[in-house]
Amino acid sequence: MLGKALSKPQKRNVYLKLLVREFYDLGVNSFGLVLFTSFFVGAVVAIQMFNNFSASSFPIPNSFIGYATKVVLILEFSPTIISVILAGKVGSYIASSIGTMRVTEQIDALDIMGVNSPNFLILPKIVASVIFNPLLIAISIVVGIWGGYVAGIATGNWTKADYITGIQMYMPSYFIWYAFLKTAVFAFLIATIPAYFGYNVKGGSLEVGRASTQAVVWTMISVIIMDLLLTQMLLS
Amino acid sequence: MIEVKDLRKSFNDVEVLKGISTTFDTGKVNLVIGQSGSGKTVFLKCLLNVYEPSSGGILFDGRDIVRMSREEKQALRAEIGTVFQGSALFDSMTVEENISFPLDMFTNLTYREKKRKVLEVIGRVNLQNANKKFPSEISGGMQKRVAIARAIVNNPKYLFCDEPNSGLDPYTSNVIDDLLLEITKEYNTTTIINTHDMNSVMTIGEKILYLRLGIKEWEGNKDILATAKNKNLLDFVYSSELFKQLREFMLENEQTSLTHHNKPENNETEDSRIQNKKSNENE
Repeated sequence: MLGKALSKPQKRNVYLKLLVREFYDLGVNSFGLVLFTSFFVGAVVAIQMFNNFSASSFPIPNSFIGYATKVVLILEFSPTIISVILAGKVGSYIASSIGTMRVTEQIDALDIMGVNSPNFLILPKIVASVIFNPLLIAISIVVGIWGGYVAGIATGNWTKADYITGIQMYMPSYFIWYAFLKTAVFAFLIATIPAYFGYNVKGGSLEVGRASTQAVVWTMISVIIMDLLLTQMLLS
Repeated sequence: MIEVKDLRKSFNDVEVLKGISTTFDTGKVNLVIGQSGSGKTVFLKCLLNVYEPSSGGILFDGRDIVRMSREEKQALRAEIGTVFQGSALFDSMTVEENISFPLDMFTNLTYREKKRKVLEVIGRVNLQNANKKFPSEISGGMQKRVAIARAIVNNPKYLFCDEPNSGLDPYTSNVIDDLLLEITKEYNTTTIINTHDMNSVMTIGEKILYLRLGIKEWEGNKDILATAKNKNLLDFVYSSELFKQLREFMLENEQTSLTHHNKPENNETEDSRIQNKKSNENE
């Protein structure tokens, strides 16, 4: 199925139209959730850094709160946790939309017309996710860091200057590449695993619901396992 | 013309189709009837090559779909129009986009040419006011007409319909039957319809194939249906008291078939009928 899905589109114009729609459905529609989650988690991470550093037996400068928040967001929170959240939101959408097309014979209609249905349905979702998710993650990193900044102002625990100094501290540039590479791999999993479950649904609406749940669970598990493998391969 | 030669299909050692041979002529409405579980849907899906037959041949004007290469099948499929039981319209597309879909995928027509063809078939199935609506916003009968429009927009040589009247009221069923008959004559298609609707059988069945337990039990047409000797066929077709009485009446009057059925008066469309009904309810 993946081989068929990744083959050359039959009609470029139709494919581009579908791709634009998937950018909107999978990417643009996830902006709100990503912004909201990133802002609050950024704030929480910064507050927890402050609490841990305060409780430390040796003094840690407050500027390290900004640095630690930035690194945590770039290395783990934004690529992995946001991808897990997207696996829930986007994964269930992909599985249920393709599953519904299966049980209402829309996929049969495509096949009988001579359309390569996996390619028609799945390839635009893969491409849209792999292109758009890194953008969402970049936004998530920026908004998360801003969340930590706002938390400092709101609590008065650290100064703006300390936080900004921490953010400006040196960090290896490959951390960024690592984050985006992970995100692209996760995006591929988020598009393909739910598509597989949706495409192979048999039965009615109940089975579509079940497939959607299974798709989300397996996508999350795959993302977390892949996170471990990529971290070991790229950062060790 | 579609020729079926000794078609057999088994699922896990259970033989569903047991050697069916028949011919469906061009320009005729061919009906496949039979009880639930008789193998009608499997038969239709074998013809469409959704299911690979266990043995036998299916010849589309001499071209055997069972032995074709993938590319040849793809080319043949562009000549086939299909109307599914549940219409199978694409939810995310408007009526116009649904109808235009085969043209978008399989032709290199310009936008204007496609638009002209789409509007032509929309007019043909009386859906002028529904162009921009989504399938969920229109009635079941209108959805069926959109499915028919999508099936015929690319001028298919073969038209397959799986229970096009299911879930429709008798009036709308008649509208759909009329439409399918007219389209078959107008486009000279080989039309094959799976149906449970006895009204369709008696009015548009130019060829009728009766399947029972995976076997071709009887074949003929609406004109010889009432005088058929096959008991299983008669029990199936004339199962209701009304149809039994109708048959007796026809035999008494030496009438073999119903040549006309009620058409909408004053060319009233289904949309206007629904509109009138709503107005009456409001009053």
